[in-house]
Amino acid sequence: MLCATSRLLAAGTATAPPAQPRGRGPGARCRRRELHFPGHPELPPGDFLLGRLARPSVPAGRRVALRRGRMPPAVGGGPAGSEPRPRRGRAGVEGARAVGPDVGAEPAARSPKRPARGSRCTEAAGRWTLLTLVTLLSFATRFHRLDEPRHICWDETHFGKMGSYYINRTFFFDVHPPLGKMLIGLAGYLSGYDGTFLFQKPGDKYEHHNYMGMRGFCAFLGSLLVPFAYLTVLELSKSFPAALLTAALLTFDTGCLTLSQYILLDPILMFFIMAAMLSMVKYNSCANRPFSAPWWFWLSLTGINLAGALGVKFVGLFIILQVGWNTISDLWHLFGDLSLSVVTVGKHLTARILCLIALPLTLYTATYAIHFMVLNKSGPGDGFFSSAFQARLSGNNLHNASIPEHLAYGSVITVKNLRMAIGYLHSHRHLYPEGIGARQQQVTTYLHKDYNNLWIIKKHNTNADPLDPSIPVEFVRHGDIVRLEHKETSRNLHSHYHEAPLTRKHYQVTGYGINGTGDSNDFWRIEVINRKFGNRIKVLRSRIRLIHLVTGCVLGSSGKVLPKWGWEQLEVTCTPYLKETLNSIWNVEDHINPKLPNISLDVLQPTFPEILLESHMVMIRGNNGLKPKDNEFTSKPWHWPINYQVIWWLNLLSIALYLLLGSIIAVAVQRGTHLPAEVEGLSQVLLQGGGQLLLGWMLHYFPFFLMGRILYFHHYFPAMLFSSMLTGILWDTLLRLCAWSLASSFLARGVYMVGILSLLLGTAYSFYLFHPLAYGMVGPLAQDPGSPMAGLRWLESWDF
Amino acid sequence: MLGFLKRPVVVTADINLNVVALTAVGLLSRLWHLAYPRAVVFDEVYYGQYISFYMKRIFFLDGSGPPFGHMLLALGGYLGGFDGNFLWNRIGAEYSSNVPVWSLRLLPALTGAFSIPMAYQILLELGFSHCAAMGAALLMLIENALITQSRLMLLESVLIFFNLLAVLSYLKFSNSQKHRPFSLSWWFWLMLTGVACSCAVGVKYMGIFTYLLVLAVASVHAWHLIGDQTLSNVCVLCHLLARAAALLVIPTLMYLLFFYVHLILVYRSGPHDQIMSSAFQASLEGGLARITQGQPLEVAYGSQVTLKNVFGKPVPCWLHSHQSTYPMIYENGRGSSHQQQVTCYPFKDVNNWWIVKDPGRHQLVVNNPPRPVRHGDVVQLVHGMTTRFLNTHDVAAPLSPHSQEVSCYVDYNISMPSQNLWRLDIVNRESDTEVWKTILSEVRLVHVNTSAVLKLSGAHLPDWGFQQLEVVGEKLSRGYHESMVWNVEEHRYGKSQEQKERELELHSPAQMDVSRNLSFMARFLELQWRMLTAKSDDSEHKYSSSPLDWVTLDTSIAYWLHPRTSAQIHLLGNIVIWASASLAMVVYVLLFFWYLLRRRRSICDIPEETKCCRCIPTLLEASSGKCKDQAGIAVTPGYSWLRWVLAGALCAGGWAVNYLPFFMMEKTLFLYHYLPALTFQILLLPVVLQHVSDHLCRSQLLRSLFSALVVAWYSCACHVFNTLRPLTYGDKSLSPSELKALRWKDSWDILIRKH
Repeated sequence: MLCATSRLLAAGTATAPPAQPRGRGPGARCRRRELHFPGHPELPPGDFLLGRLARPSVPAGRRVALRRGRMPPAVGGGPAGSEPRPRRGRAGVEGARAVGPDVGAEPAARSPKRPARGSRCTEAAGRWTLLTLVTLLSFATRFHRLDEPRHICWDETHFGKMGSYYINRTFFFDVHPPLGKMLIGLAGYLSGYDGTFLFQKPGDKYEHHNYMGMRGFCAFLGSLLVPFAYLTVLELSKSFPAALLTAALLTFDTGCLTLSQYILLDPILMFFIMAAMLSMVKYNSCANRPFSAPWWFWLSLTGINLAGALGVKFVGLFIILQVGWNTISDLWHLFGDLSLSVVTVGKHLTARILCLIALPLTLYTATYAIHFMVLNKSGPGDGFFSSAFQARLSGNNLHNASIPEHLAYGSVITVKNLRMAIGYLHSHRHLYPEGIGARQQQVTTYLHKDYNNLWIIKKHNTNADPLDPSIPVEFVRHGDIVRLEHKETSRNLHSHYHEAPLTRKHYQVTGYGINGTGDSNDFWRIEVINRKFGNRIKVLRSRIRLIHLVTGCVLGSSGKVLPKWGWEQLEVTCTPYLKETLNSIWNVEDHINPKLPNISLDVLQPTFPEILLESHMVMIRGNNGLKPKDNEFTSKPWHWPINYQVIWWLNLLSIALYLLLGSIIAVAVQRGTHLPAEVEGLSQVLLQGGGQLLLGWMLHYFPFFLMGRILYFHHYFPAMLFSSMLTGILWDTLLRLCAWSLASSFLARGVYMVGILSLLLGTAYSFYLFHPLAYGMVGPLAQDPGSPMAGLRWLESWDF
Repeated sequence: MLGFLKRPVVVTADINLNVVALTAVGLLSRLWHLAYPRAVVFDEVYYGQYISFYMKRIFFLDGSGPPFGHMLLALGGYLGGFDGNFLWNRIGAEYSSNVPVWSLRLLPALTGAFSIPMAYQILLELGFSHCAAMGAALLMLIENALITQSRLMLLESVLIFFNLLAVLSYLKFSNSQKHRPFSLSWWFWLMLTGVACSCAVGVKYMGIFTYLLVLAVASVHAWHLIGDQTLSNVCVLCHLLARAAALLVIPTLMYLLFFYVHLILVYRSGPHDQIMSSAFQASLEGGLARITQGQPLEVAYGSQVTLKNVFGKPVPCWLHSHQSTYPMIYENGRGSSHQQQVTCYPFKDVNNWWIVKDPGRHQLVVNNPPRPVRHGDVVQLVHGMTTRFLNTHDVAAPLSPHSQEVSCYVDYNISMPSQNLWRLDIVNRESDTEVWKTILSEVRLVHVNTSAVLKLSGAHLPDWGFQQLEVVGEKLSRGYHESMVWNVEEHRYGKSQEQKERELELHSPAQMDVSRNLSFMARFLELQWRMLTAKSDDSEHKYSSSPLDWVTLDTSIAYWLHPRTSAQIHLLGNIVIWASASLAMVVYVLLFFWYLLRRRRSICDIPEETKCCRCIPTLLEASSGKCKDQAGIAVTPGYSWLRWVLAGALCAGGWAVNYLPFFMMEKTLFLYHYLPALTFQILLLPVVLQHVSDHLCRSQLLRSLFSALVVAWYSCACHVFNTLRPLTYGDKSLSPSELKALRWKDSWDILIRKH
């Protein structure tokens, strides 16, 4: 970027002298105004920095348009430079309504004089050159030393591992939706990684394994962030310097750079977020040509990117909110436009529902379909899911199993809690220790499969062996009073008025009796909650509750971990509160009864919508489960914007300045102050373009304050993208305002030039200073005064 | 000068008999047999203990809300001459004769009663008819849940009262905006808005949402005011400043005032002290202050100190060591250094004493003059009873394997040299040369060799560690966490060099002479922070419910049961009112969006504004200039879009802000949390009814029919009120069959005695 800037600078200086005299033509007032319409179609490429400040007065038609509160037209041949048009349909509509009789001037504004063909070509070439430069620089910084370090870094251990799971097709569980990891897996697969590396812990050497494919993929998406941000800002502000500044901020931000260099979900997430933002902005600028091909293209692209963002992490929800807000306000304005018939508005609405709701939902569901199709082998994620779900996975003991369908007396069963990660009802030959309830056999829940999970279901009043062939099969029905006998120890599931070991308000559950003979405290009433299968109890599908007959309490697991004496299994209690919570609902998983015909479990397999719903429930619960403990460090959202970096401070300052400037302008407008046309144009950019970015920043930042889960510093990066774009727009506008308020054109140009250049150079210099952070440091830690980084430790809290 | 003599002194009384009548029946319904169950009813058991604390002037900490509400309840006790001697331990316990039940319950009952005429006033100020206003008040009158809740020592009715007062005074203020800005009544209502808002927040944190709603409406109005170009810039500025002062500054000051009074009232130490920092505890009378009084302020080399962890979770504790060593091999097979254990111990003990030693010298006594320890100094900490040095090394801690073990060095294992130098890092220092101060300084102890920081991990050690808390050296010292910060609590200058004498010295209490005081702001900030972070441990209750159950009244709470008969108090709403209020809400929202969409297409079903300037929030159309001063002229109000929107914003908005936040909360929720939201919903009901009657019923016949329906519906509500009355007042014992008949929903848990 450094060399690009200096080349531009040189070009600028070379072309400046001829441009200047042209600028001196009109009177002072005119000159002042023109500063803000720097864009001129005939500008040679690279001349925009200076040329814009020295343009002669604007064509009459354009000035009319500007006075109506329109945006300044494109600068120096921006993407839409040759045909200035309202930036958004809405602005156009409002402008037309506000002006009323002046509508005649509108066509004039829309079709300015076409520039000469040759200059258009050069201008387009310049535009593309700049974009290419920005992209190349971004790629260069991201791909530099990508293979270093040659070991697992940080969260690569998770996401690399999950990529391997896809290649190996083993089922796993993660709190994020599958798309990001699928893409990582795909990248690995295509680049020849065979999924054999274990990704055990950070610091493990990759050796001969091919990890560059996955890193390269993430770096590729990460590099695209910069051109995306560049184009977005260009579209919003029509100003090359603003776009360049944004690009520089993002290219030279070491945090952003680091995050793009490893196998992480964040570059993928940010890619989709920025792509959605870009296509939304592009689509907004197509608003004056509704239902045209580009309009449809950008609209559906927005939808696709939304699906992508949501498919990587649930943080994608925020960009959906942003696009949703934009769409609603857009529709609201269309609806208020009385020149459009209701049918047309209906068409608009349908198009948006199709592209922004139906399309993303389909894609999002499709990623899950692929996810479940690819992962068809049993793996580490099984235990998190319900029994019925596990039956799908080959290698799981429920897969292709055949067991009796309806529960009958004498059956040997395992009972699983419906709540995630609670496990099977379990007992073992150990007693509750002295002082904790009655000294009887422990009953717990246990996550692993084990013989001690087996229980025999018996009638409460007879002890006859139900497996005796002379006794007819009797099915267990809803409302029956039963006894559960632990198969290994022959003790009955029992409860009584003693407080439970950890949850003091609940009753203790124990194993009691000898060889299946106990007392009336062993009687439980079995109740089926979803009785759509009739009164019988169906394996895997029936949700049952066990209600203790004497005390009236419900068997449940509190989910608390017992101390050492309980082998760190989970506590089982009998809760006197009869509310239906998942903790107190169970289902029958294994079922052995020789007298009953076996059916294949495939019949019981859940349908796709059920799987989809279940995996979402599990993910949400998993996310909620990531709670920080006391005495543990957690990153707090209010620490985030204050980072190591100059760039982040600049961003923070810019937000404050933006709020100040924005409210001044808003109050001035509300007070009816008549703004000069130039200022009005600039304030439109600031309020509308900047407003969208500010909204994006807020949406990606503030919700974290409400979240109870563990937060990490990298959660701030999506917000940081938006604030960098805002910084670009803000400083460009601010400098233009400064330049406008200065009397002499030379000084104005100087101020603007110096401002933009110093910002660009400043970011580049900060990168030069801090780049060892991104590419890996050598030498001692910064606390050591001898370290090369010691001088950079500007604040004591910095820790590198 | 004597101009007032020229005119006769005239007092014009303008008494609205409606208001008088409503107040009278309100008082009757709320105060009737107020002292009746002379027993602890439901949450009285909870608020009662705080009343007792106030009466005895004992400090307490209650995370559920700011102290204003508790103070109001305590005021009743003060006026009734309550001495605080009652053990609030069980629902249903009979009050002893020293408890002034009537005066304790009076304040909530009064606020409950005054809410009724206020509902009437609010609807009038919103510009609706007297009929609608009467309707709202009468609905409030016969709402069983509101009656039950306001007849006991509970805070919901007080909260509702202040919520309504805030809304009413804002409406009064904004209605006087157009004609008499900066007049006396204008100022009065503006200030009252701020005061009522802060009182609502002071009673319960939930009040903040109503405050925010009022602020939002006020800022929309202010925004229109800014756009009003007939006003000069200075005038606009004055308006804005007045609003900022009344709605932002006054509430802040009031909120501080509540805490100021609270801290003045409760100045004695009590059972909740432990949660607070040492400095705070020392500012209370008795307790720690008695021990620490007169300690030397500056810690010097040779000082004997106890070190308390600032975070204090899961329990407040002091750095501790004892003779026992870490077991050679842990249960999971890992090894330890087998040196003397260092733990954190939640009780005062002679083993909590440590001596600060200068690494360069041998002596363990304080020089004369004492050499104070400063920030950045390197010290050694010697355990007083065993004379061993606090040490940490690269051995995994027993329960947190990622951190270093902390031990008191035992030198039998020469292969592991002692690493007992600690650098003192005063966290709350003002300068880099600050001296380590008793109680006031919060310090981190950074290990010199490994940069590990002494930290309380929060885990309980197993039996070999006597269930005390684990202390570790945290290597990853990124960021700041309170569990790494310690402060000196007890402190004295060591005098004896000999170990035997020193042990005697350690057993004797510290000397005393000076007392130290914390500034109010420091105490306020600490108290507020602890209140907000205090966790309620139990999230389960027999009568707890989820917000979804509230709208449909799918839950109830048994408050009290007569010890012998089946007379009982049960929190149950008037189901007709609940259902129709929710229905009205839905109708309002649907109508609102329907009108909004049609207005967007320039079809105005409701005119923009009425002819009657007096009844409407005039700020919104101030620029129209059509309405001249017509104050006092009673015109039948027409329909106005703005009025319809304002009513919705305040009533439907009030419902939303008082209801929806509960979905985000993780604490135990009860049906009574819904009552503030319900009140706003009830206010909306007559608004919708009047709108339907005036606007949607086109013909006179329809209108009469509708009125008849409304009357029928209201008598139905009255009937329900009357049926549920025994459960509301608890005065009449019903037979089991009657009680069964009252169980209209299976989820209502009405208690039926088995005979």
